[in-house]
Amino acid sequence: MKPFEAIVTEYGPTVLRVCRAVVGPAAAEDAWSETFLSALRAYPDLRPGSNIEAWLVTIAHRKAIDHVRAESRRAVPTDHLPERPGTDGVPGGWESDLWMALKALPLKQRETVAYHYLVGLPYADVAAIVGGSPEAARRAAADGIAALRKSYLQGAER
Amino acid sequence: MSTDNVFAALPDVDPRAQLRLRARLAASAADAGILDVAYRTLDTPVGTLLLAATERGLVRVAYASQDHDAVLTELADRVSPRVLEAPARLDVAAHEIEEYFAGRRQLFDLPLDLRLSSGFRRTVLDHLRDIGYGTTASYAAVAAAAGNPKAVRAVGTACAMNPLPVVVPCHRVVRSDGTMGQYAGGTDAKRALLALEAA
Repeated sequence: MKPFEAIVTEYGPTVLRVCRAVVGPAAAEDAWSETFLSALRAYPDLRPGSNIEAWLVTIAHRKAIDHVRAESRRAVPTDHLPERPGTDGVPGGWESDLWMALKALPLKQRETVAYHYLVGLPYADVAAIVGGSPEAARRAAADGIAALRKSYLQGAER
Repeated sequence: MSTDNVFAALPDVDPRAQLRLRARLAASAADAGILDVAYRTLDTPVGTLLLAATERGLVRVAYASQDHDAVLTELADRVSPRVLEAPARLDVAAHEIEEYFAGRRQLFDLPLDLRLSSGFRRTVLDHLRDIGYGTTASYAAVAAAAGNPKAVRAVGTACAMNPLPVVVPCHRVVRSDGTMGQYAGGTDAKRALLALEAA
């Protein structure tokens, strides 16, 4: 079995992109940390030959859902939208544009787009993670990408 | 427009975030009691050493020539795959080894985890710790002290397989004719350690 450090090196960046895309810049690092702590705990029992990337995304998915739920519990309707500073100090960076577009998607679309287009998991794996059929996962991802093209990519070209 | 571009703004790798997250993971793993093997590297006059510790103590010291990646894989197989680069647990060991190379320390005062050695090899390691700083003993003398005077070659093997070179002083074991003999870190490293201790 590989030392867990090698797993962090190999998959850490991808899992961070997934966390950022699914829960946004503010909670991404918490979700990443919870994912890898959980994975470290379970790692000795992981079956040999397992798809480590899909395993990590599965754990990240559960942690992300916890964050999204906590966020919606905290959310209080308001007339004023507070401005949130980016965590990476890049004005107009991905967190202000891409995240705003991602955040506008229904959660299932955001997840399927991230797991399929960002990680590259096949729809069978995406469906196993988010629930439902591969066909439903494919449709959600297609709808999500279409919405992002409209809201984000075209907006970026203007 | 290609869907590949959707995530172009999201960095593939964010080195600063990874550093921050790795440090945080190492700390929370230690707090949770699931950091089974912590390691770091240390630059010394005999090259970069790998230092690894369990919760019980220092479990492995390895020379660069022993291939640090291979050593980490061996630790994953023989101790636990929960291995992380986590320097904090090695602070005291690193400090003592630095003092040793600076000529300011003759004895290591560290908890050791000798689980990687067993049987006669373990007995040999226990006797190596009796060979004082700046002195040497022959393979034959160590074999006799370990209770098996005929096991001279086995003492050589035990030294070569010493999981804790430098700290458990297998470099102080030399051949009966006074020549140095082999060393896990190479003969140059052995010569350097003996010269340091003779100074």
